[in-house]
Amino acid sequence: MRRPPVHLLVLLLLIVGLLAACGSAPAAPVAAPTEAPVVEEPTEATEESTEAEEPTEATEEPTEATEEPAEATDEEPTEAPAVSEDDEYVFGMVLVGPINDGGWNQAHFEGGEYVEANLPGTRFIYIDKVNPADRPNVTVEQAVEELVGQGARFIITNSAEFADGTNTAAAAHPDIYFLHASGDGVLTGEAPENVTNLMGRMEYGKMIAGCAAALQSENGRLAYLGPLIDPETRRLVNATFLGAQYCWETYRERPVEELEFKVTWIGFWFNIPGVTLDPTRVATDFISEGYDVIISGIDTTEGLVEANKAAQAGQNVWAVPYDYIDACAQGEEICLGVPYFNWGPRYIEIIDEARAGNFMARWEWLGPDWSDINNLETSMIGFIKGAGLTEENGAIIDEFIAKLAEGDLQLFSGPLFFQDGSEFVAEGAVATDEEIWNTPQLLQGIEGQSAP
Amino acid sequence: MNKIGSLLSPPPWTPRLWQIMLLPSPFILALLGALGITTLVMLIAGVSPLAVYQILFFGAFSTPVRFGDMVMLATPLILCASGLTLTFAAGLYNLGVEGQVVLGAIAAMIPLRLFPELPTPLLWTLSLSCAACGGACWALLAASLRLGARVSEIFAGLGLNFLASGLALYLILGPWRRSGAAAASGTALLPRDIWLPTLEGLRLAPLAPIIALLGLGLVWWVLSRTRWGLEVRAVGINPNAADRLGVAATWRIAQAMAGCGALAGIAGGLQIIAVFHQLIPNISSGVGLLGLLVVLLVLARPVWVLPVSIIFASFTVGSVQLPLALGVDSSIAGVLQGALVLSALLARGVRRERAQRI
Repeated sequence: MRRPPVHLLVLLLLIVGLLAACGSAPAAPVAAPTEAPVVEEPTEATEESTEAEEPTEATEEPTEATEEPAEATDEEPTEAPAVSEDDEYVFGMVLVGPINDGGWNQAHFEGGEYVEANLPGTRFIYIDKVNPADRPNVTVEQAVEELVGQGARFIITNSAEFADGTNTAAAAHPDIYFLHASGDGVLTGEAPENVTNLMGRMEYGKMIAGCAAALQSENGRLAYLGPLIDPETRRLVNATFLGAQYCWETYRERPVEELEFKVTWIGFWFNIPGVTLDPTRVATDFISEGYDVIISGIDTTEGLVEANKAAQAGQNVWAVPYDYIDACAQGEEICLGVPYFNWGPRYIEIIDEARAGNFMARWEWLGPDWSDINNLETSMIGFIKGAGLTEENGAIIDEFIAKLAEGDLQLFSGPLFFQDGSEFVAEGAVATDEEIWNTPQLLQGIEGQSAP
Repeated sequence: MNKIGSLLSPPPWTPRLWQIMLLPSPFILALLGALGITTLVMLIAGVSPLAVYQILFFGAFSTPVRFGDMVMLATPLILCASGLTLTFAAGLYNLGVEGQVVLGAIAAMIPLRLFPELPTPLLWTLSLSCAACGGACWALLAASLRLGARVSEIFAGLGLNFLASGLALYLILGPWRRSGAAAASGTALLPRDIWLPTLEGLRLAPLAPIIALLGLGLVWWVLSRTRWGLEVRAVGINPNAADRLGVAATWRIAQAMAGCGALAGIAGGLQIIAVFHQLIPNISSGVGLLGLLVVLLVLARPVWVLPVSIIFASFTVGSVQLPLALGVDSSIAGVLQGALVLSALLARGVRRERAQRI
């Protein structure tokens, strides 16, 4: 009977070993404690951002949770001195992707660094790439455990997929505070009382992105590189579409029917070979099908990178990346701009509150600072115009932002219909926050799967 | 039979503990070799090997929580390695073990989704039985390709692995997706009351390792104490000769594969009810392949499966701390595991070569 050659097995093992060794760029971990004398910036920031906080108040209706945390905070002071003697407040972050993804995770990571730099006495530690592809045997709870083991007393988890894990970990560690970014466990009542939620009203950023795409597109064919399908991603696609539609009609003065808007979902927040669609492939397909603007909704920058390649080969293609303020860097000339999250300022406030024993469980959905959406000390989200946007279109974008800021322009106002023809917002009405947050379907006029 | 092939042939079946203790055997050589390779990698990466080894070897035992996690990782590993011990005894390289874990997980989900109201002990039994059937069927598919169409079980298994993860992905994104969503991250969490109960404050579900140990014990008993085991080993050494001596080689091969599939399937089922509580694309988390490494290292001796599985699991669990504590990527655990197996094979090769020259 033949036996498979053992040389091959040995060789295979050797290769696997080498790959594992080489592929492992040590993820620079524990950021050095920054005890640099901090300027008075943070106090200013906190003062100013109280203004920006206003929109939150409206969203704090689920007050059940807000009352209770007082109990949890009572216990905290007794625990605190035991944990750290050097008076350092360690906070940790569990990230779903790598810290240098040029998108969602990098924005969070730099938010953490911002806190460390601007809130004296804090130290930032993190575990990134917590997903079944990169770390097959590591769950969110385990990552939290490691961070707690390193002294973390406040933990940020940064993916909608971490909802269940964050709640489980928080229940197991009632003396540690958690911030679950982009979740709504506090709103739904599923989260324990030591969990708070934070998300930015990226709808506005996406409206601006859609507007920029519609202004610059030559043929009115816009493509959206979507991650997985859930209420968050649906509402962001809808917002992009509404922004694009508005600018197409208002500024380009073209009929709505001539605007094409297609979404392709890859299945996760970023590429996992063999599991998701390959975003690079999806982006090149968009381009070869004749879409001339790729708007990204995923954590990484494949849309921009592929559009840039096509542009260098002589095609007229643009892209709008997402999440991270410097995302345009990977394709300056064809970048129309980037809607980004600015987590730092609000993190500072929440962590400072928790450190002082005043933690409050809230479901927060923060809008931009409308006096200057790109004020990095106050605005939760912003939009940076890209070099690819013409000067004329740039001026229109400013005008569009001004309209949004004044509140005259409510794009989620009726009549709006879902893909299946059912009514989303009636004539004369404006969608409520909860209706938008829980968007069940894509809007009529969008080509792509809604997964109802 | 070529001499290198015989390196992997199942060894004599009395566990030669005393021999291993007395002679500076391949085991010691392998350990030294592996440590050498891994140290080299770490020195190149510019980190302190001692600190890394301390975390790798003892990290998993530093807190009860980590120890619990280690046990929960060792559990599927022991099951897969026990199953693979069966197939190795029959002279088969069941690389399809990953797919058998996945199919087990999928099959385990079926009763959990259909009858969540059943009394939990019944539900778990049903779920794990389905898991065993699912894994066994998947293994039999590979076996029938081998026996019927003369497709090597290595390639059949690898192909079926892809098919199995494709099937899992289809279910996750399609029929079993969370309501109103479609994400490759997994199905909705199972209701908490049908999770396998865990010890207070830990993620350790005591029933899971007990099942794994029973599985391992069964494999040891069957292989070393029954006529069936003897026949399987005979087939493993030379199927044609065994056939001529009246052993139904075809049957034994199919049975060994099915047995391995069933154990791997139970591992998959436990991943569902005791570890992840949902179906995720990477539900096996590579335990099948890791089990293959374990079996290669211990030369398919059932007695050694337990300690080596625990060592491998503690490397993996310990390595989670590496990036935080030392700034080293956790994949160094994989390097050490691979290096161990590699140097064990090499050490055996060298010894056998010498022995044959003399």
